[in-house]
Amino acid sequence: MSEFASGTLTAKNIHLSFGSNHVLRGIDLHVEKGTTASVIGPSGSGKSTLLRVMNRLIEPAQGDILLDGRSVLKDNPDELRRRIGMVFQQFNLFPHKTVAENVSLALRKLRGMSKEQAREDALAQLDLVGLKHKADARPANLSGGQQQRVAIARALAMKPEVMFFDEATSALDPELVKGVLALMTDLAKGGMTMVVVTHEMGFSRNVSDTVTFMDAGVVVETGSPEQLFSAPRTDRLKGFLSDVL
Amino acid sequence: MDLQEILKQLGETFLDWKAIGEVIPKMFAVGLPNTIVLAVTSGVIGTVLGMALALMGISRNPVARWIARIYTDVLRGLPPVLTILVIGLGFGPIIRQLSGSTSPYPLAVAALSLMSAAYIGEIFRSGIQSVDKGQLEATRALGFGYGPAMRLVVVPQGVRRVLPALVNQFIALIKESSLVFLLGLLASEREIFQIGKDAASTSGNLSPYVAAAIFYLAMTIPLTHFVNWIDRRLRTGRPEKKEPDEAAAVVGKGAQA
Repeated sequence: MSEFASGTLTAKNIHLSFGSNHVLRGIDLHVEKGTTASVIGPSGSGKSTLLRVMNRLIEPAQGDILLDGRSVLKDNPDELRRRIGMVFQQFNLFPHKTVAENVSLALRKLRGMSKEQAREDALAQLDLVGLKHKADARPANLSGGQQQRVAIARALAMKPEVMFFDEATSALDPELVKGVLALMTDLAKGGMTMVVVTHEMGFSRNVSDTVTFMDAGVVVETGSPEQLFSAPRTDRLKGFLSDVL
Repeated sequence: MDLQEILKQLGETFLDWKAIGEVIPKMFAVGLPNTIVLAVTSGVIGTVLGMALALMGISRNPVARWIARIYTDVLRGLPPVLTILVIGLGFGPIIRQLSGSTSPYPLAVAALSLMSAAYIGEIFRSGIQSVDKGQLEATRALGFGYGPAMRLVVVPQGVRRVLPALVNQFIALIKESSLVFLLGLLASEREIFQIGKDAASTSGNLSPYVAAAIFYLAMTIPLTHFVNWIDRRLRTGRPEKKEPDEAAAVVGKGAQA
Protein backbone atom coordinates (compact mmCIF):
# COMPACT_ATOMS: atom_id res chain seq x y z
CA MET A 1 0.00 0.00 0.00
CA SER A 2 1.42 3.30 -1.02
CA GLU A 3 0.64 6.68 0.50
CA PHE A 4 1.71 8.25 -2.78
CA ALA A 5 0.57 8.14 -6.40
CA SER A 6 4.00 6.91 -7.42
CA GLY A 7 5.13 6.16 -10.92
CA THR A 8 7.81 4.08 -12.62
CA LEU A 9 10.70 6.02 -14.11
CA THR A 10 12.99 4.77 -16.83
CA ALA A 11 15.92 6.48 -18.51
CA LYS A 12 17.26 4.84 -21.66
CA ASN A 13 20.63 5.42 -23.24
CA ILE A 14 20.95 9.04 -22.08
CA HIS A 15 23.72 11.07 -23.70
CA LEU A 16 24.68 14.65 -22.93
CA SER A 17 27.65 16.85 -23.73
CA PHE A 18 28.66 20.29 -22.52
CA GLY A 19 30.80 21.46 -25.42
CA SER A 20 33.50 18.86 -25.88
CA ASN A 21 32.84 17.41 -22.43
CA HIS A 22 30.82 14.21 -22.84
CA VAL A 23 29.13 14.20 -19.41
CA LEU A 24 26.64 11.35 -19.83
CA ARG A 25 27.60 8.48 -22.11
CA GLY A 26 24.60 6.22 -22.51
CA ILE A 27 23.00 5.98 -19.07
CA ASP A 28 20.26 3.44 -18.37
CA LEU A 29 18.31 3.63 -15.13
CA HIS A 30 15.09 1.90 -14.19
CA VAL A 31 13.23 2.78 -11.00
CA GLU A 32 10.22 0.59 -10.36
CA LYS A 33 7.13 2.21 -8.88
CA GLY A 34 7.40 2.66 -5.12
CA THR A 35 11.09 1.80 -4.93
CA THR A 36 14.16 3.83 -4.09
CA ALA A 37 17.18 3.89 -6.36
CA SER A 38 20.34 5.44 -4.99
CA VAL A 39 23.00 6.71 -7.32
CA ILE A 40 26.54 6.80 -5.96
CA GLY A 41 29.87 7.68 -7.48
CA PRO A 42 32.76 10.13 -7.29
CA SER A 43 32.29 13.88 -7.82
CA GLY A 44 31.97 14.83 -11.45
CA SER A 45 30.67 11.42 -12.46
CA GLY A 46 27.46 12.96 -13.83
CA LYS A 47 25.02 11.91 -11.06
CA SER A 48 23.50 15.34 -10.47
CA THR A 49 23.40 16.05 -14.20
CA LEU A 50 21.51 12.79 -14.72
CA LEU A 51 18.78 13.97 -12.32
CA ARG A 52 18.49 17.27 -14.19
CA VAL A 53 18.19 15.47 -17.50
CA MET A 54 15.53 13.11 -16.17
CA ASN A 55 13.25 16.03 -15.22
CA ARG A 56 14.39 17.95 -18.30
CA LEU A 57 15.95 20.91 -16.53
CA ILE A 58 18.60 19.97 -19.09
CA GLU A 59 17.50 18.39 -22.36
CA PRO A 60 19.31 15.16 -23.24
CA ALA A 61 21.20 15.08 -26.54
CA GLN A 62 20.07 11.53 -27.10
CA GLY A 63 18.04 8.85 -25.34
CA ASP A 64 14.57 8.56 -23.87
CA ILE A 65 12.86 9.17 -20.55
CA LEU A 66 9.72 7.23 -19.69
CA LEU A 67 7.23 7.73 -16.90
CA ASP A 68 4.97 4.71 -16.40
CA GLY A 69 6.24 3.35 -19.68
CA ARG A 70 5.38 6.40 -21.77
CA SER A 71 8.01 8.69 -23.26
CA VAL A 72 7.85 12.21 -21.80
CA LEU A 73 10.29 13.90 -24.15
CA LYS A 74 7.47 15.30 -26.29
CA ASP A 75 5.51 16.61 -23.30
CA ASN A 76 5.70 20.18 -22.08
CA PRO A 77 8.77 20.09 -19.79
CA ASP A 78 7.10 22.39 -17.24
CA GLU A 79 4.25 19.93 -16.89
CA LEU A 80 6.66 17.02 -16.57
CA ARG A 81 8.46 18.77 -13.71
CA ARG A 82 5.18 19.15 -11.83
CA ARG A 83 5.11 15.34 -11.66
CA ILE A 84 8.68 15.02 -10.38
CA GLY A 85 9.68 16.63 -7.08
CA MET A 86 13.29 17.70 -6.60
CA VAL A 87 15.31 18.44 -3.48
CA PHE A 88 18.66 20.21 -3.77
CA GLN A 89 21.91 20.16 -1.87
CA GLN A 90 21.64 23.88 -1.10
CA PHE A 91 17.87 23.68 -0.26
CA ASN A 92 17.13 26.64 -2.57
CA LEU A 93 14.22 27.85 -0.51
CA PHE A 94 12.84 31.24 -1.52
CA PRO A 95 14.38 33.59 1.07
CA HIS A 96 11.89 36.41 0.46
CA LYS A 97 8.90 34.23 1.29
CA THR A 98 7.75 32.62 4.50
CA VAL A 99 8.02 28.88 5.01
CA ALA A 100 4.30 28.41 4.29
CA GLU A 101 4.53 30.58 1.16
CA ASN A 102 7.48 28.50 -0.05
CA VAL A 103 5.27 25.43 0.07
CA SER A 104 2.07 27.04 -1.21
CA LEU A 105 3.49 29.08 -4.13
CA ALA A 106 3.27 26.29 -6.70
CA LEU A 107 -0.10 25.15 -5.36
CA ARG A 108 -1.56 28.58 -5.93
CA LYS A 109 0.10 29.45 -9.22
CA LEU A 110 0.28 26.04 -10.87
CA ARG A 111 -2.57 24.11 -9.29
CA GLY A 112 -4.83 27.16 -9.22
CA MET A 113 -5.76 26.76 -5.56
CA SER A 114 -7.21 29.64 -3.58
CA LYS A 115 -4.88 31.32 -1.12
CA GLU A 116 -6.67 29.72 1.84
CA GLN A 117 -6.78 26.25 0.31
CA ALA A 118 -3.10 26.43 -0.65
CA ARG A 119 -2.11 27.52 2.85
CA GLU A 120 -4.14 24.73 4.40
CA ASP A 121 -2.44 22.19 2.12
CA ALA A 122 0.96 23.73 2.87
CA LEU A 123 0.37 23.53 6.61
CA ALA A 124 -0.65 19.87 6.32
CA GLN A 125 2.52 19.20 4.35
CA LEU A 126 4.64 21.07 6.89
CA ASP A 127 3.01 19.07 9.68
CA LEU A 128 4.20 15.92 7.95
CA VAL A 129 7.82 17.08 8.16
CA GLY A 130 7.35 18.36 11.72
CA LEU A 131 7.59 22.06 10.94
CA LYS A 132 4.04 23.36 11.06
CA HIS A 133 5.03 25.64 13.94
CA LYS A 134 7.54 27.36 11.62
CA ALA A 135 4.97 28.19 8.93
CA ASP A 136 5.35 31.95 9.28
CA ALA A 137 9.12 32.06 9.80
CA ARG A 138 11.58 33.04 7.08
CA PRO A 139 13.92 30.33 5.77
CA ALA A 140 16.94 32.30 7.02
CA ASN A 141 15.73 31.80 10.59
CA LEU A 142 15.66 28.02 10.26
CA SER A 143 18.53 25.59 10.75
CA GLY A 144 19.86 23.79 7.68
CA GLY A 145 18.04 20.60 8.62
CA GLN A 146 14.76 22.45 9.02
CA GLN A 147 15.28 24.23 5.70
CA GLN A 148 15.84 20.97 3.92
CA ARG A 149 12.69 19.50 5.44
CA VAL A 150 10.76 22.54 4.22
CA ALA A 151 12.25 21.97 0.77
CA ILE A 152 11.03 18.36 0.91
CA ALA A 153 7.57 19.56 1.97
CA ARG A 154 7.58 22.05 -0.91
CA ALA A 155 8.29 19.28 -3.40
CA LEU A 156 5.79 16.85 -1.83
CA ALA A 157 3.01 19.45 -1.88
CA MET A 158 2.78 19.03 -5.65
CA LYS A 159 1.92 15.34 -5.11
CA PRO A 160 4.75 14.15 -7.34
CA GLU A 161 4.95 10.67 -8.81
CA VAL A 162 8.73 10.57 -8.35
CA MET A 163 11.09 12.40 -5.98
CA PHE A 164 14.69 13.33 -6.80
CA PHE A 165 17.20 14.04 -4.05
CA ASP A 166 20.42 15.69 -5.18
CA GLU A 167 22.91 15.20 -2.33
CA ALA A 168 20.20 16.43 0.01
CA THR A 169 22.32 16.06 3.14
CA SER A 170 25.74 17.11 1.84
CA ALA A 171 25.42 20.74 2.92
CA LEU A 172 24.14 19.92 6.41
CA ASP A 173 26.02 19.94 9.69
CA PRO A 174 26.62 16.35 10.78
CA GLU A 175 24.13 16.48 13.65
CA LEU A 176 21.33 17.60 11.30
CA VAL A 177 21.83 14.86 8.71
CA LYS A 178 19.97 12.25 10.71
CA GLY A 179 16.64 14.08 10.77
CA VAL A 180 16.60 14.59 7.00
CA LEU A 181 17.63 10.99 6.31
CA ALA A 182 14.89 9.79 8.67
CA LEU A 183 12.34 11.76 6.69
CA MET A 184 13.67 10.37 3.40
CA THR A 185 13.47 6.86 4.88
CA ASP A 186 9.83 7.48 5.79
CA LEU A 187 9.05 8.52 2.24
CA ALA A 188 10.81 5.45 0.84
CA LYS A 189 8.91 3.17 3.21
CA GLY A 190 5.69 4.99 2.39
CA GLY A 191 6.02 3.86 -1.22
CA MET A 192 7.38 6.96 -2.93
CA THR A 193 9.42 6.34 -6.06
CA MET A 194 12.75 8.00 -5.32
CA VAL A 195 16.06 8.61 -7.05
CA VAL A 196 18.62 9.56 -4.45
CA VAL A 197 22.03 10.89 -5.44
CA THR A 198 23.99 10.57 -2.25
CA HIS A 199 27.27 10.20 -0.46
CA GLU A 200 25.48 8.65 2.52
CA MET A 201 26.51 5.04 2.05
CA GLY A 202 24.47 3.98 5.08
CA PHE A 203 21.27 5.25 3.51
CA SER A 204 22.19 3.77 0.15
CA ARG A 205 22.86 0.37 1.67
CA ASN A 206 20.00 0.18 4.18
CA VAL A 207 17.12 2.01 2.60
CA SER A 208 17.41 1.83 -1.18
CA ASP A 209 16.11 -1.07 -3.24
CA THR A 210 18.70 -0.67 -5.96
CA VAL A 211 22.09 1.00 -6.11
CA THR A 212 23.69 2.38 -9.24
CA PHE A 213 27.38 3.23 -9.31
CA MET A 214 28.33 5.87 -11.87
CA ASP A 215 31.79 6.97 -12.92
CA ALA A 216 32.85 9.29 -15.75
CA GLY A 217 29.37 9.43 -17.29
CA VAL A 218 28.64 5.72 -17.45
CA VAL A 219 26.87 3.23 -15.19
CA VAL A 220 29.63 0.94 -13.99
CA GLU A 221 27.52 -1.36 -11.82
CA THR A 222 23.91 -1.58 -10.82
CA GLY A 223 22.07 -4.03 -8.60
CA SER A 224 20.84 -4.65 -5.08
CA PRO A 225 22.65 -2.93 -2.20
CA GLU A 226 23.82 -6.36 -1.08
CA GLN A 227 25.46 -7.06 -4.45
CA LEU A 228 27.18 -3.70 -4.77
CA PHE A 229 28.37 -3.21 -1.23
CA SER A 230 29.21 -6.81 -0.33
CA ALA A 231 30.32 -8.17 -3.68
CA PRO A 232 31.49 -5.38 -5.97
CA ARG A 233 32.55 -6.82 -9.30
CA THR A 234 34.58 -4.00 -10.81
CA ASP A 235 37.85 -2.49 -9.66
CA ARG A 236 36.38 0.99 -10.03
CA LEU A 237 33.59 0.28 -7.53
CA LYS A 238 36.00 -1.53 -5.20
CA GLY A 239 38.28 1.49 -5.30
CA PHE A 240 35.41 3.92 -4.71
CA LEU A 241 34.05 1.93 -1.78
CA SER A 242 37.44 1.68 -0.14
CA ASP A 243 37.74 5.48 -0.47
CA VAL A 244 34.37 6.31 1.08
CA LEU A 245 33.77 3.57 3.62
CA MET B 1 39.13 95.25 0.23
CA ASP B 2 39.33 93.90 3.75
CA LEU B 3 37.76 90.72 5.08
CA GLN B 4 34.74 92.44 6.50
CA GLU B 5 33.87 93.96 3.17
CA ILE B 6 34.27 90.62 1.40
CA LEU B 7 31.93 88.93 3.90
CA LYS B 8 29.44 91.74 3.55
CA GLN B 9 29.47 91.46 -0.20
CA LEU B 10 29.05 87.69 -0.10
CA GLY B 11 26.20 88.11 2.35
CA GLU B 12 24.44 90.53 0.07
CA THR B 13 24.96 88.32 -2.96
CA PHE B 14 23.80 85.02 -1.49
CA LEU B 15 21.82 85.74 1.63
CA ASP B 16 19.57 88.60 0.69
CA TRP B 17 16.64 87.49 2.86
CA LYS B 18 14.26 89.79 1.09
CA ALA B 19 15.06 88.27 -2.30
CA ILE B 20 14.79 84.76 -0.85
CA GLY B 21 11.48 85.58 0.82
CA GLU B 22 10.07 86.93 -2.42
CA VAL B 23 10.87 83.84 -4.44
CA ILE B 24 9.72 81.22 -1.91
CA PRO B 25 5.93 81.47 -2.53
CA LYS B 26 6.48 80.87 -6.24
CA MET B 27 8.82 77.97 -5.49
CA PHE B 28 6.06 76.31 -3.47
CA ALA B 29 3.28 77.16 -5.92
CA VAL B 30 5.03 76.39 -9.22
CA GLY B 31 8.62 75.18 -8.88
CA LEU B 32 8.23 72.40 -6.33
CA PRO B 33 5.17 70.76 -7.94
CA ASN B 34 6.85 70.82 -11.34
CA THR B 35 10.11 69.35 -10.05
CA ILE B 36 8.17 66.61 -8.28
CA VAL B 37 6.03 65.85 -11.34
CA LEU B 38 9.10 65.72 -13.59
CA ALA B 39 11.10 63.53 -11.24
CA VAL B 40 8.28 61.15 -10.27
CA THR B 41 6.87 60.70 -13.79
CA SER B 42 10.23 60.07 -15.35
CA GLY B 43 11.22 57.94 -12.37
CA VAL B 44 8.20 55.69 -12.89
CA ILE B 45 8.61 55.49 -16.68
CA GLY B 46 12.38 55.01 -16.27
CA THR B 47 11.78 52.14 -13.83
CA VAL B 48 9.40 50.36 -16.19
CA LEU B 49 11.71 50.83 -19.19
CA GLY B 50 14.72 49.94 -17.03
CA MET B 51 13.12 46.64 -16.02
CA ALA B 52 12.44 45.87 -19.68
CA LEU B 53 16.07 46.68 -20.53
CA ALA B 54 17.34 44.51 -17.67
CA LEU B 55 15.24 41.52 -18.77
CA MET B 56 16.39 42.03 -22.36
CA GLY B 57 19.97 42.26 -21.15
CA ILE B 58 19.85 38.82 -19.52
CA SER B 59 17.62 37.23 -22.14
CA ARG B 60 18.79 34.24 -24.15
CA ASN B 61 17.84 36.08 -27.34
CA PRO B 62 21.03 37.73 -28.68
CA VAL B 63 19.09 40.43 -30.56
CA ALA B 64 17.34 41.56 -27.37
CA ARG B 65 20.67 41.51 -25.53
CA TRP B 66 22.32 43.65 -28.19
CA ILE B 67 19.53 46.21 -28.29
CA ALA B 68 19.68 46.59 -24.51
CA ARG B 69 23.47 46.82 -24.58
CA ILE B 70 23.63 49.49 -27.29
CA TYR B 71 20.83 51.55 -25.75
CA THR B 72 22.46 51.45 -22.34
CA ASP B 73 25.94 52.26 -23.61
CA VAL B 74 24.75 55.24 -25.63
CA LEU B 75 22.40 56.79 -23.07
CA ARG B 76 24.83 56.31 -20.20
CA GLY B 77 27.70 57.62 -22.24
CA LEU B 78 26.15 60.97 -23.18
CA PRO B 79 26.13 64.06 -20.96
CA PRO B 80 22.56 64.58 -19.65
CA VAL B 81 22.48 68.12 -20.99
CA LEU B 82 23.14 66.85 -24.50
CA THR B 83 20.45 64.17 -24.33
CA ILE B 84 17.88 66.65 -23.08
CA LEU B 85 18.69 69.16 -25.79
CA VAL B 86 18.74 66.62 -28.59
CA ILE B 87 15.46 64.99 -27.57
CA GLY B 88 13.76 68.23 -26.56
CA LEU B 89 14.73 70.30 -29.56
CA GLY B 90 15.00 67.49 -32.09
CA PHE B 91 11.63 65.91 -31.47
CA GLY B 92 9.88 69.13 -30.50
CA PRO B 93 8.65 70.05 -34.00
CA ILE B 94 7.38 66.51 -34.65
CA ILE B 95 5.37 66.46 -31.44
CA ARG B 96 4.05 69.93 -32.25
CA GLN B 97 2.80 68.76 -35.62
CA LEU B 98 1.32 65.54 -34.30
CA SER B 99 -0.42 66.90 -31.21
CA GLY B 100 -0.64 70.62 -31.84
CA SER B 101 0.82 71.16 -28.37
CA THR B 102 3.67 73.63 -28.10
CA SER B 103 4.64 72.56 -24.60
CA PRO B 104 8.11 71.03 -24.32
CA TYR B 105 7.06 69.48 -21.01
CA PRO B 106 6.32 65.95 -22.34
CA LEU B 107 9.66 65.98 -24.12
CA ALA B 108 11.40 66.92 -20.91
CA VAL B 109 9.75 63.94 -19.23
CA ALA B 110 10.68 61.71 -22.16
CA ALA B 111 14.34 62.76 -22.11
CA LEU B 112 14.65 62.26 -18.35
CA SER B 113 12.85 58.90 -18.57
CA LEU B 114 15.05 57.58 -21.37
CA MET B 115 18.21 58.63 -19.54
CA SER B 116 17.24 57.16 -16.21
CA ALA B 117 16.03 53.95 -17.89
CA ALA B 118 19.60 53.26 -18.98
CA TYR B 119 20.94 53.58 -15.44
CA ILE B 120 18.02 51.82 -13.78
CA GLY B 121 18.29 48.99 -16.31
CA GLU B 122 21.90 48.37 -15.28
CA ILE B 123 20.93 48.51 -11.60
CA PHE B 124 18.16 45.93 -12.08
CA ARG B 125 20.33 43.72 -14.25
CA SER B 126 23.11 43.54 -11.68
CA GLY B 127 20.54 42.81 -8.97
CA ILE B 128 18.82 40.04 -10.91
CA GLN B 129 22.13 38.48 -11.92
CA SER B 130 23.29 38.42 -8.31
CA VAL B 131 20.46 36.06 -7.35
CA ASP B 132 21.76 32.53 -6.87
CA LYS B 133 21.21 30.27 -9.91
CA GLY B 134 19.67 27.67 -7.60
CA GLN B 135 16.62 29.90 -7.16
CA LEU B 136 15.69 29.73 -10.84
CA GLU B 137 16.49 26.03 -10.94
CA ALA B 138 14.35 25.24 -7.88
CA THR B 139 11.43 27.26 -9.23
CA ARG B 140 11.63 25.58 -12.61
CA ALA B 141 11.91 22.18 -10.91
CA LEU B 142 8.51 22.85 -9.34
CA GLY B 143 7.07 23.21 -12.84
CA PHE B 144 7.16 26.96 -13.46
CA GLY B 145 8.15 28.24 -16.91
CA TYR B 146 11.07 30.65 -17.30
CA GLY B 147 8.86 33.78 -17.33
CA PRO B 148 6.78 33.01 -14.24
CA ALA B 149 9.89 31.78 -12.38
CA MET B 150 11.67 35.06 -13.07
CA ARG B 151 8.62 37.15 -12.20
CA LEU B 152 7.66 35.35 -8.99
CA VAL B 153 11.01 34.38 -7.53
CA VAL B 154 14.16 35.75 -9.17
CA VAL B 155 13.26 39.36 -10.05
CA PRO B 156 11.67 40.22 -6.66
CA GLN B 157 14.85 39.10 -4.89
CA GLY B 158 17.09 40.96 -7.32
CA VAL B 159 15.09 44.19 -7.01
CA ARG B 160 15.16 44.03 -3.23
CA ARG B 161 18.94 43.91 -3.24
CA VAL B 162 19.33 47.01 -5.39
CA LEU B 163 16.74 49.22 -3.68
CA PRO B 164 19.47 51.49 -2.27
CA ALA B 165 21.01 51.99 -5.72
CA LEU B 166 17.55 52.61 -7.14
CA VAL B 167 16.76 55.35 -4.62
CA ASN B 168 20.16 56.90 -5.39
CA GLN B 169 19.10 57.01 -9.02
CA PHE B 170 15.89 58.82 -8.03
CA ILE B 171 18.00 61.38 -6.16
CA ALA B 172 20.08 61.93 -9.29
CA LEU B 173 16.87 62.32 -11.26
CA ILE B 174 15.57 65.06 -8.96
CA LYS B 175 18.81 66.95 -9.55
CA GLU B 176 18.94 66.29 -13.29
CA SER B 177 15.35 67.52 -13.71
CA SER B 178 16.82 71.02 -13.33
CA LEU B 179 18.37 70.68 -16.80
CA VAL B 180 15.00 70.90 -18.53
CA PHE B 181 15.16 74.70 -18.26
CA LEU B 182 17.15 74.41 -21.50
CA LEU B 183 13.95 73.56 -23.37
CA GLY B 184 12.30 76.89 -22.61
CA LEU B 185 9.37 75.81 -20.49
CA LEU B 186 6.17 77.86 -20.22
CA ALA B 187 5.88 80.01 -17.10
CA SER B 188 3.49 77.57 -15.40
CA GLU B 189 5.79 74.61 -16.18
CA ARG B 190 8.97 75.90 -14.60
CA GLU B 191 10.65 73.87 -11.91
CA ILE B 192 12.63 74.89 -8.87
CA PHE B 193 15.89 75.69 -10.61
CA GLN B 194 14.36 77.88 -13.27
CA ILE B 195 12.20 79.78 -10.81
CA GLY B 196 15.41 80.56 -8.95
CA LYS B 197 17.23 81.42 -12.14
CA ASP B 198 14.44 83.76 -13.33
CA ALA B 199 14.34 85.56 -10.00
CA ALA B 200 18.14 85.84 -9.97
CA SER B 201 18.29 87.41 -13.40
CA THR B 202 15.55 89.96 -12.71
CA SER B 203 16.97 91.01 -9.34
CA GLY B 204 20.64 90.68 -10.24
CA ASN B 205 21.12 88.89 -6.94
CA LEU B 206 22.05 85.22 -6.48
CA SER B 207 20.01 84.62 -3.34
CA PRO B 208 17.11 82.95 -5.23
CA TYR B 209 19.61 80.21 -6.17
CA VAL B 210 20.20 79.66 -2.47
CA ALA B 211 16.46 79.29 -2.05
CA ALA B 212 16.44 76.74 -4.85
CA ALA B 213 19.33 74.90 -3.19
CA ILE B 214 17.38 74.67 0.05
CA PHE B 215 14.41 73.16 -1.80
CA TYR B 216 16.62 70.54 -3.46
CA LEU B 217 18.36 69.65 -0.23
CA ALA B 218 15.01 69.34 1.56
CA MET B 219 14.17 66.56 -0.91
CA THR B 220 17.54 64.87 -1.45
CA ILE B 221 18.92 64.73 2.11
CA PRO B 222 15.94 62.81 3.55
CA LEU B 223 16.12 60.44 0.57
CA THR B 224 19.83 59.89 1.18
CA HIS B 225 19.13 58.94 4.76
CA PHE B 226 16.27 56.74 3.60
CA VAL B 227 18.80 54.91 1.37
CA ASN B 228 21.13 54.39 4.31
CA TRP B 229 18.24 53.08 6.37
CA ILE B 230 17.15 50.52 3.75
CA ASP B 231 20.77 49.56 3.21
CA ARG B 232 21.30 48.87 6.89
CA ARG B 233 18.04 47.02 7.14
CA LEU B 234 18.86 44.84 4.11
CA ARG B 235 22.30 44.07 5.45
CA THR B 236 21.37 43.16 9.00
CA GLY B 237 17.74 42.13 8.53
CA ARG B 238 15.40 41.77 11.43
CA PRO B 239 17.30 39.82 14.03
CA GLU B 240 15.65 36.61 15.11
CA LYS B 241 17.29 33.77 16.93
CA LYS B 242 17.82 30.51 15.14
CA GLU B 243 16.45 27.58 17.01
CA PRO B 244 18.26 24.29 17.37
CA ASP B 245 16.97 21.46 15.25
CA GLU B 246 14.99 20.09 18.16
CA ALA B 247 12.40 18.10 16.26
CA ALA B 248 14.81 16.72 13.70
CA ALA B 249 15.51 13.28 15.02
CA VAL B 250 11.99 12.43 16.14
CA VAL B 251 10.13 13.26 12.93
CA GLY B 252 10.62 10.04 11.10
CA LYS B 253 9.74 6.52 11.98
CA GLY B 254 13.01 5.92 10.21
CA ALA B 255 14.75 7.58 13.13
CA GLN B 256 14.10 4.50 15.23
CA ALA B 257 15.08 2.06 12.53
